[in-house]
Formats: sequence, C-alpha cells, structure tokens
Amino acid sequence: MADKSAIGKTGKPFKMHVDWSKVREFARAIKDPNPIYFDAELAKKEVGGIPVPVTFLQTSAFWTDETSSPGFGGFDIRRILHGEQEFEFFKPIYVGDTLTGVSKIADVFEKEGGRGGKMTFLVSETEYTNQKGEKVATARATLIETGQAVKA
Amino acid sequence: MAAKLKFDSVKVGDEIPKLVIQGVTRPDFVRYAGASGDFVPLHYDQTFVEAAGIPTVFAQGMFTAGLLSKAVTDYVGIGNVRRFQVRFATRVWPGDVVTCTGKVTGKVEKDGEKQIEGDLIVLNQKGEPAIRGSFRAACA
Repeated sequence: MADKSAIGKTGKPFKMHVDWSKVREFARAIKDPNPIYFDAELAKKEVGGIPVPVTFLQTSAFWTDETSSPGFGGFDIRRILHGEQEFEFFKPIYVGDTLTGVSKIADVFEKEGGRGGKMTFLVSETEYTNQKGEKVATARATLIETGQAVKA
Repeated sequence: MAAKLKFDSVKVGDEIPKLVIQGVTRPDFVRYAGASGDFVPLHYDQTFVEAAGIPTVFAQGMFTAGLLSKAVTDYVGIGNVRRFQVRFATRVWPGDVVTCTGKVTGKVEKDGEKQIEGDLIVLNQKGEPAIRGSFRAACA
C-alpha cells in the first residue's frame, strides 16, 4: 500500500546516450521501416538529424538503476500493472544526444477497481534534458497496485 | 516520412489511416524485449506464465503502443508528435490481429505552433480495445 508521503520522492539523475543501433533496433521492433531511422543523410535533410521513435524513451531502462529510480512508494511489485504511459515532447531528440533524466513520484491516489478490489495509482514522471540543457521531453508512467493478485 | 500535415486541410473528425498487423507473434515480443529493455518474463517465458496460471505469453503493452505510435507518425510525420498517451485495456495475445486507428478531435494553437489533437484506439480481431490513447501533433 503506497501512501501520499511518497509524492515528490526523486531519483538520482541518470545519463542516456541516444545510440543509432538502438534506434534502428527499436524501429524494427515496432515494425516501422521508415527510412528516416535508417538513412542518416535523408534524416538530416528531412528533420535535422536521425530522430527517435515516439516511445523510444522506454529504452531508458538500459541506463537506469536502483539509485535513479524514485522507488514504488511501498507498492507490492507483484501486484503492479502498467496502466498508462504518456510522453510530451518539447524539442527534438536526435541520435548522438546525451540526455539527462530525473525521475520522481508525481502522484499517488486511490480508486475502487473492478477485478482486483481497491486500486492504488502511482504516477512516476521522468524529465529529460539534452546536452545543451534544453528540456526535451517528459515521460509519465501510471502504475496500478491492485488490491489482490491480478487474475489472467 | 517526416512531412507535416497541412493544418488547413485537416478537419475535426478526420480518421487516421488504419494500420493493421496481421497476427503478432512471440518473436515480436522477444524482439521488443531486447529493443526496449523490458525483460518481464510474462512476455516470453512460457514456463513462467504457466506457473502463474496464465495460458501463454502476451504482448508488452508498450510493444502494442509502439505499433500505434507508427500509425500516428505515418499520419503526422516523424518528428511532429508533441504528446502521445496510451491507457492499457485488454491484453494482446500471439496471433491477434491488431488494428491501430484514431480520429482528429481538435485543432489548436499551442507554443506558437498549429497543432491537431486526436483520440487513438487499438482493437483486436474481436473488436475489443487493447489500448485507448490520445495524441497532439504539429502541423504546417
């Protein structure tokens, strides 16, 4: 059971290098053969650099550890569901960028659920800035802790 | 590829061209696990899921969200998405036919740009929503 006191808890900043091979791998994984991810010259001409897929910031998983996570506010991780995900973009992100991410627990709240009884929600927000110090994106994950183990 | 939509030519109610994936596969989930770093075994480990009482592995929600994001960038052009949001509903299983689509719900001026907003949905072959979402994107 998470409580409101977890709100505002912040992880240590982490670095994330935006690597072309990872972008290509990710584009293939989401079945997007758009040449803009695969042809550097074309990408430069079209959008000023090799861009990243919309949900690419999920790969921050390769750059984070326990210290960069703000934790799960006491959630029982065996009962966590990923309920919702949101990305906001303020500036382009390109291959070759070095991003700095800072994650915090933005909100904790409760709702009555259907299948799993009472559900607690935790919103984890990660802000990304680039190597020029520009804020480029915010990623917001809403995690749900169900009142009992989730049934298949 | 990356060309922006012309703001004046977009109307509220316009549909995002349907993106249909004819049967997602276990290798798709494995590939997404490697690409994303999401190694939750529910998505590739048959032994693990059976022990948990689940008949078989199912897609990472963010794999399906990735397919949906392609439907959006195919429509608005890569580099023009300003906001993308997904809420997960029913699970996507191996063999499911996944249809990604959406609709323009609004036209706004924001941050000095002409932008459109819309609702998104991913349906399985039974017409059940796997994801409901929304987006905002820059236009020319």
